[in-house]
Amino acid sequence: MAVEQPLQVSPSGEQTRIHNIGYRTYDGPRLGRAYARRSLYSQSLRGAYGLGRSVKSKVLPMLLFVVMCVPAAIMVAVAVATKAKDLPVDYTRYAIIMQAVISLYVASQAPQSVSRDLRFKTVPLYFSRPIETADYVRAKYAALASAMFILTAAPLLVLYVGALLAKLDFADHTKGFAQGLVSVALLSLLFAGLGLVIASVTPRRGFGIAAVIAVLTISYGAVSTLQAIADAQSLGDGQGSAGAITWIGLFSPVTLIDGLQSAFLGAKSAFPGGVGPTNGEGVVYVLVTLGLIAAAYGLLMRRYRKVGL
Amino acid sequence: MYDPTVARLTYRALLGRRRALILGALPLLLIAISVVVRGLAGADDQTASDLLGGLALATMVPIIGVIAGTGAIGPEIDDGSVVYLLSKPVKRPTIIFTKLIVAIAVTMVFSAVPTFIAGFILNGNGQQIAVAYTVAALVASIAYAAIFLLLGTVSRHAVVFGLVYALVWEALFGSLVSGARTLSVQQWSLAVAHKVAGGDLVTSDVGLTTATILLAVVTVLATWYAGQKLRTLTLAGEE
Repeated sequence: MAVEQPLQVSPSGEQTRIHNIGYRTYDGPRLGRAYARRSLYSQSLRGAYGLGRSVKSKVLPMLLFVVMCVPAAIMVAVAVATKAKDLPVDYTRYAIIMQAVISLYVASQAPQSVSRDLRFKTVPLYFSRPIETADYVRAKYAALASAMFILTAAPLLVLYVGALLAKLDFADHTKGFAQGLVSVALLSLLFAGLGLVIASVTPRRGFGIAAVIAVLTISYGAVSTLQAIADAQSLGDGQGSAGAITWIGLFSPVTLIDGLQSAFLGAKSAFPGGVGPTNGEGVVYVLVTLGLIAAAYGLLMRRYRKVGL
Repeated sequence: MYDPTVARLTYRALLGRRRALILGALPLLLIAISVVVRGLAGADDQTASDLLGGLALATMVPIIGVIAGTGAIGPEIDDGSVVYLLSKPVKRPTIIFTKLIVAIAVTMVFSAVPTFIAGFILNGNGQQIAVAYTVAALVASIAYAAIFLLLGTVSRHAVVFGLVYALVWEALFGSLVSGARTLSVQQWSLAVAHKVAGGDLVTSDVGLTTATILLAVVTVLATWYAGQKLRTLTLAGEE
């Protein structure tokens, strides 16, 4: 029937007309690229804590956030109740102790942030808006890094407020708190970068989670095992081979941050033997950390330069 | 109880190119580290035991178990293609059992074999350490695969919960609360390894009888319940 239609219509030329069905052009304000980037940032940040998503997806990030803060609250409560001279744990050490929770957070939220866009092929839709590759990458990176900073800085804030309530030394604790904030900021940038690079390769969320956690925990497990062996060796033959321990520490994100903060941010090292890197070696730690963050950004830019359908 | 077609599909889903890469990278890393340690420290029983216990059994086996166990069924449920499998005249428990066999086989190949090789590199199977940890890895593979396969049918966030169990419960709580160690696959498999090695290098907090019974009960129960879960599976939409 549809094929016959043109034959019937074509002779009656005067009956054809164009209906005005009310299409309008948009003449309101155009909010532009910066606005789109800001929206993507805030939506990704909210999404990292499950805000604006289903109840089920709020459970895990909120639970991890609570798990991060509860030990800090307990320490503060104990310190206040027993009128202790100092907090039981340093500001810089807290993130190192809770690294399993931080790793789980980044492993669960990095794929949530980018893998779903790949899987449901929404990335081309983003790029049909005024934003460009750099905007998408920056917004996602900044959002995950901010989310991780909130996760890692909140317990430090609890500790700091608790220390002030317990009337501990103000100057000392402000300095420790500031050092802790710098350290967790670097940690957030590093972990978020690693997580996003790994997650942006796979459209499968579950696989992304496993890959991120494998990289973080296996590298830490391998490095700390090797360090323990190097430490036992140096004790055994009596000569200090602390150098080996330090250089091995460069190969996992957690020990990288640990070494960096014990060199420059006044932290006590969690390395076996308690020997952190010296200032000279610390410079290498800083360079490697910044290099990794830059590399993560570069790789993400490369990854999203061409995102096919 | 075993369906070759389901097994073939599962193998392909598990060992697709990228999955095979990450599954293969972990064992290679373990072997590389053992070579380095052997070069640095020479053959030492305590070192070998620490490395195999700390890295291979505590970290690598659970992670490979999570990838293989949840990967055997999770993605299919996730993208809804499991309905095509469920609509075939194959019993649901058969599907689960087949997938379990595949998951166990993959976990064993990628965790127990490299453990054995690493053990030989580290100290040439002195005091039966390589064999003991290989047996532990084999036993743990069965239990982990069954538990994580069940998680894959129960939850959409199976990977996260599996990792929470493996890393937070076994590693963190296990080191703080000694009671948590009674309920840990790692300790059960260590009990079996202790029996094999005989010496004091491989120790466990759980007795051999308790460990064996718990291992068997957990594996059978998890497989049975996964089969039940699959019988009444509801496909939820993407959140």
